[in-house]
Amino acid sequence: MVHVSLESISKVYPNGVRAVQPTSFNIEKGEFIVLVGPSGCGKSTLLRMMAGLEEITEGDLSIAGRVVNDIDPAERDIAMVFQNYALYPHMTVYNNMAYGLRNRGMGKTEIDKAVKEAATMLNLTEYLERRPSQLSGGQRQRVAMGRAIVRSPSLFLFDEPLSNLDAKLRGQMRIEIKALQRRLGVTSVYVTHDQVEAMTMADRIIVLNGGRIEQIGTPAEVYHQPASTFVASFMGAPPMNLLPARYNGNGRVHLSETVHIEAPGQANYSGDIRLGVRPENVGIVGASHPDALRFDLEFVEELGAGRLLHGKVGESGLIVHIPHTDPIPSDEVYVDLPKSALLMFDPATGARL
Amino acid sequence: MAVMTDTDRTVARTGRPVRWSVVIDHAILIAGSLMMILPVFAVFISTSISDVEIYREGLNLSLGPHMAENFDKALFLKGGFTGEITGSSMLINSFILGIGFALGKILIGMTAAYAIVYFRLRFATFAFWIIFTTLLLPLEVRILPTYEVVQGLGLANTYTGLILPLVASATATFFFRQFFLSVPEELVEAARIDGAGPVKFFIDILVPLSRTMVAAIFIIMFVYGWNQYLWPTLITTDESLFTLVRGIKQIIQNLDGANVPEYGRALALAIIAILPPVLVVVIFQSWFVKGLVESDK
Repeated sequence: MVHVSLESISKVYPNGVRAVQPTSFNIEKGEFIVLVGPSGCGKSTLLRMMAGLEEITEGDLSIAGRVVNDIDPAERDIAMVFQNYALYPHMTVYNNMAYGLRNRGMGKTEIDKAVKEAATMLNLTEYLERRPSQLSGGQRQRVAMGRAIVRSPSLFLFDEPLSNLDAKLRGQMRIEIKALQRRLGVTSVYVTHDQVEAMTMADRIIVLNGGRIEQIGTPAEVYHQPASTFVASFMGAPPMNLLPARYNGNGRVHLSETVHIEAPGQANYSGDIRLGVRPENVGIVGASHPDALRFDLEFVEELGAGRLLHGKVGESGLIVHIPHTDPIPSDEVYVDLPKSALLMFDPATGARL
Repeated sequence: MAVMTDTDRTVARTGRPVRWSVVIDHAILIAGSLMMILPVFAVFISTSISDVEIYREGLNLSLGPHMAENFDKALFLKGGFTGEITGSSMLINSFILGIGFALGKILIGMTAAYAIVYFRLRFATFAFWIIFTTLLLPLEVRILPTYEVVQGLGLANTYTGLILPLVASATATFFFRQFFLSVPEELVEAARIDGAGPVKFFIDILVPLSRTMVAAIFIIMFVYGWNQYLWPTLITTDESLFTLVRGIKQIIQNLDGANVPEYGRALALAIIAILPPVLVVVIFQSWFVKGLVESDK
């Protein structure tokens, strides 16, 4: 069931800057959508338009079947968690959570019940009488979450809620938010520039670049079948290898004049391409392997769970990820780019062929 | 206890050698403080001696028997041209002016700054600069036209006429504007999502956040209003509206003549006139510092 639908929504600021190109997508009920992209890609603007904090220049936004373009944020049945939490500094945790309910004219006992319930869910019960300034970053984050869930909205909006936390806490809160969303089953839109958050939390990821959608898909789709070189290099750390190559329709990809390998599939295209392969899909092989390519190892990055081998195939840089159980190869190294893991991209448009 | 003090002293002596720069700094500060406090102290002590003695010897630093009597006269003895006003009635007038002025200023400054900062007004910036230029036109500069207007409105010899023209200037608006600009944007947005309209946001969020700012401006404005002399002198001719600062002189003048002037009473009035601003500063300052330490933003 479609819960939120965006139809050719765009944003043009008064100074003429087009922050969001006409964008359309639907969000299913209960789905966790992550908008991801580099800064300035329009992801926050898109979210703020959904919240009603930013006017929609063109297009229609509907939530639960109702067009909400001209409806006040408070009436949209949404809740938002901000990057800097935006807690009311002069109010106790309890009042921070209760404020929105009071403004909606909810009864005292009902408010009390809702707040206590949310506090229990978020382990905030003992902090209800504190001020935000007396809480740690993670606790403040929880209060911001609590303020969102007490209202039991039909849509959660998250604007980079974890970027002010340290790495360890971020990992922990990531899991908590995801678990909470699962439990409550509330449709959520989450904005982040962190591709790890996007990969781990999303049911579907929407990758944005320069105000337009590059790809919509599940984390696995976005990771393994990137629609463009932008997505390929943005998602995943280290990013996908993109080797300049030539494809002339005869089933072979030429990495140089002399080096060529089997093409991943047929494409109605001939000319220069970018050949994409994830570092973990590159195999280290013996010199006798039929598709072995000479790999000039330059340096090794130790990751603990594995290793990154940085080097070159011909003239182009290549990163290879090997498990920590494999020995660090020495002398002459040969790699194999398995056909099934190869993707071809148009170098001019970046689109996958 | 004595033992402890002794060891403390030894520690201080051995642990911290005397630094002459510190000694000199303190000497200068102490000298400065004495320069400011001593005259007031002399005035205070002199309220305890008889008028004749003051007339003969000037201010005195030894305590006499007349202090209570002088303060009593200062506060409750009727005097002035009409013979109807007392020190306490002037004190009340001063409070009305000081508090009315400070509150009026805060109210107008806050609401004006709120409009300028938070509403998309077409000429908001222009309006702000127009308001700002009034800083160049304090009451003293525009005193004749202002008098003309206030008189024309029939507000001479009223509290409104006394307070309102003083309130009209940009200082508070300016301070509140700067403060509001430093309040994070997300707070407004969170409040919007929480269903707080403009009025609710102002009362529930902005005003409580501005507490320390309000305290600071209240201190400054109360003292400024309390010490007004020129405008009250001009606009109040009815003695029942006289403020302390303006009225002390009146009392002495009217009691002058062949008799020895009532110096003791006048000095007591002066002390009474000094006290409220000092108390306001002392009381609000501790509160103000607390607000600064427990920074909310």
